[in-house]
Amino acid sequence: MNTLVLIKQVPDTEAKINVVGGKISEAGIKWTISPYDEIALEEAIRIKEKSGGTVTAIAVGDDSVQNALRSAFAMGADIAIHVKVENYQMLDSFGIAKAIASAIEGADYKVILAGRQGADSDNGQVPYILGTLKGWPVVPFAKKVEVSADKATIVCEAEGGEATYEASLPVIITANAGLNEPRYPSLKGIMASKKKPIESKTADISAETKIEVLGFEPPPARPAGRIIDGADAAEKARALVKALREEIKVI
Amino acid sequence: MPKILAVGEISNGVLKKASRETTSVGKRLGGAVDAILLGSGASAGVAELAKHGADTVYVGEISPYNGEAYAKAVVDVVKSKGYDIIILPHSWIGRDISARIATALNTGVISDATEISLEGDRVKIRKPVYSGKAFVNLKLKTSPQVVTIRPNAHPISEAAGAGKAETITVDASSAKAKEVKFEAKGGTRVPLTEADIVVSGGRGIKGPENFPLIEQLADLLGAGVGATRAVVDAGWCDHTLQIGQTGLTVSPTLYIAVGISGAIQHMAGMGSSKYIVAINKDPDAPIFKVATYGIVDDLFQVVPPLKEELKAALGR
Repeated sequence: MNTLVLIKQVPDTEAKINVVGGKISEAGIKWTISPYDEIALEEAIRIKEKSGGTVTAIAVGDDSVQNALRSAFAMGADIAIHVKVENYQMLDSFGIAKAIASAIEGADYKVILAGRQGADSDNGQVPYILGTLKGWPVVPFAKKVEVSADKATIVCEAEGGEATYEASLPVIITANAGLNEPRYPSLKGIMASKKKPIESKTADISAETKIEVLGFEPPPARPAGRIIDGADAAEKARALVKALREEIKVI
Repeated sequence: MPKILAVGEISNGVLKKASRETTSVGKRLGGAVDAILLGSGASAGVAELAKHGADTVYVGEISPYNGEAYAKAVVDVVKSKGYDIIILPHSWIGRDISARIATALNTGVISDATEISLEGDRVKIRKPVYSGKAFVNLKLKTSPQVVTIRPNAHPISEAAGAGKAETITVDASSAKAKEVKFEAKGGTRVPLTEADIVVSGGRGIKGPENFPLIEQLADLLGAGVGATRAVVDAGWCDHTLQIGQTGLTVSPTLYIAVGISGAIQHMAGMGSSKYIVAINKDPDAPIFKVATYGIVDDLFQVVPPLKEELKAALGR
C-alpha cells in the first residue's frame, strides 16, 4: 500500500510575521512542516507499519523546502520528491496542485494524505483541486483512518457531528488535529535523513495561477481596551455587566 | 452587473445563518442575486431567502450530505444558467465543496473573506493569513469567481427578492466517497460559528468539574461554548468545542475568555471577534492585549457574582 503525503513548508507557528512594503519579510523566520501535514505524515507511516509499502513525501517550492523533506525523512518517509517551481506563492493553491498532479503522473499511490489546511494560507484547497483534477474522492478532517485492499473507511469531523465515510481507492484524506500524535524523529532517523537522496522535478506553473495577490498588511491594531477595577471580584463583575449593557450594548 | 449565485445551507428545513449572509453579501455586491439550497427540507428556506433579496432559489434534496454530488449540482447550475460570481460560506460544507466547484469550472477560489467588495467586475477580498498575524488582499484572475466568506463576519440585510423556487436533482449514486454513518454532536446550544456570543474556558478552570461554570455562564447569555486546546487535550470537554488554529474559527460579537492566557494558536481562532472580555488572574496574560474589557482576578471569585449580575440584568 503506497502512500503519498503532501508536505507544505510554513513559518513556525511561534514565528513573528512582519509585513514590509506589502510583502511578508522572511528575515528571521524559522520554517517547519505545516503541523497538520505532520499528522498526515504520521498516519502514512502507521499505514506502512501495518500494511507495508512505501511513504513518499512531496513538497512544492524553491530549494528551501528540501529542509521540510529532510524532516519527513527523519520521521520515516522512504521517498521524497521536490517539485521545484519558479515564483512559488503559498496562496496559489491551483498552481501547487497542478505541480503535484504532473509530478505524480503514472505513479501508483492508493492513499494520499495531507493536512486539512496549510498553517500559512489556512486555505485547505490543494487536496480538493488535486482530487478533482485526478477524479479521486476527497474526505476531509479525518479523525480515524482504516485502509483495506480496496477501500478506506474514514471517521471525520463534519458539520454538526461526526461522519463515517467509505471511499474507493485511490483516496485523498485530509488530517485533522487528534487523528494521531506525530512521533519525534529518532537520532538515527535524523542522521540517515541527511544522506537520503531527494528526487527533484520541475514544473512550470506560471500560466496556471488563478489568483492575484494585491498585497499583505499587518493586522489592524485592536482598539485599546481597559482593565475593570473594583474593590473585589463582585464589584468588578457588576462593572463588567454595566459596561456590556451601556457602553457596547451587546447584552 | 455580474450574475451572482449565493450558496446557502439548510438542514431539516432549518436555514443556517450562513445562508442569509451569502445572500446578503451577494445582494450588496450585485444588485441581483439567486441562491441555491441543497439539503433536507430545502424548499422551506425559499421564502426566507427571498427576504434577503434572493430571486430564483434552486432547491434540491440531498441526504445524507455528499460533497461530490453537492459540488456537481452547483457546477451544473452555474454552467447552464451562467453565473459570474459564486459566494459560499467558509463553513464545513463551503470548505468541502468550494475548491471542487472552482476546479470543475477551471477557475480559482479565494476563501475565508473577512471583507469583500467589487472593483469593476472583479471581487476583491481581504483574508487573514498566518493565524491572523497578517492579512492579504486577493483577487481572482479567472472567471467565474468562486469565493467563500467567513461566517458571522458579514452583515445580514433585508431586501425583497422574487423567491421563485426551481427544483433541481442531486444525484450521489456515482460518488466515490459516501457517508455511511452520522453521529450528531454539540447538543442543543447555538453552533459556535453562528453564535453572537461565545463563552470559552481555558486551563485556568483547573479541571473538568469546573467546566459547567463556563456552560452556565453561556446558557445565561444564550451563547455558544468553546474551549482552548489545553482544555480539550486534557479531556475536560468535547474536542468539537476547540477554538483556535487546530480547531474552529469564530467571529462572534462578544467573546468571553475565562481562564485563557491567549496563546497565539488560540487567538488565531477568535481574533476577529468584535469585542473580547478576558477574565484571568495573571495580569501579564497576552489575552489582555486584545481584550476590550479585562478583569484581573481569580475566575472562581468572578464568575459566580457575574452570573448573579447577569441574571438580574437580563431578568432571568
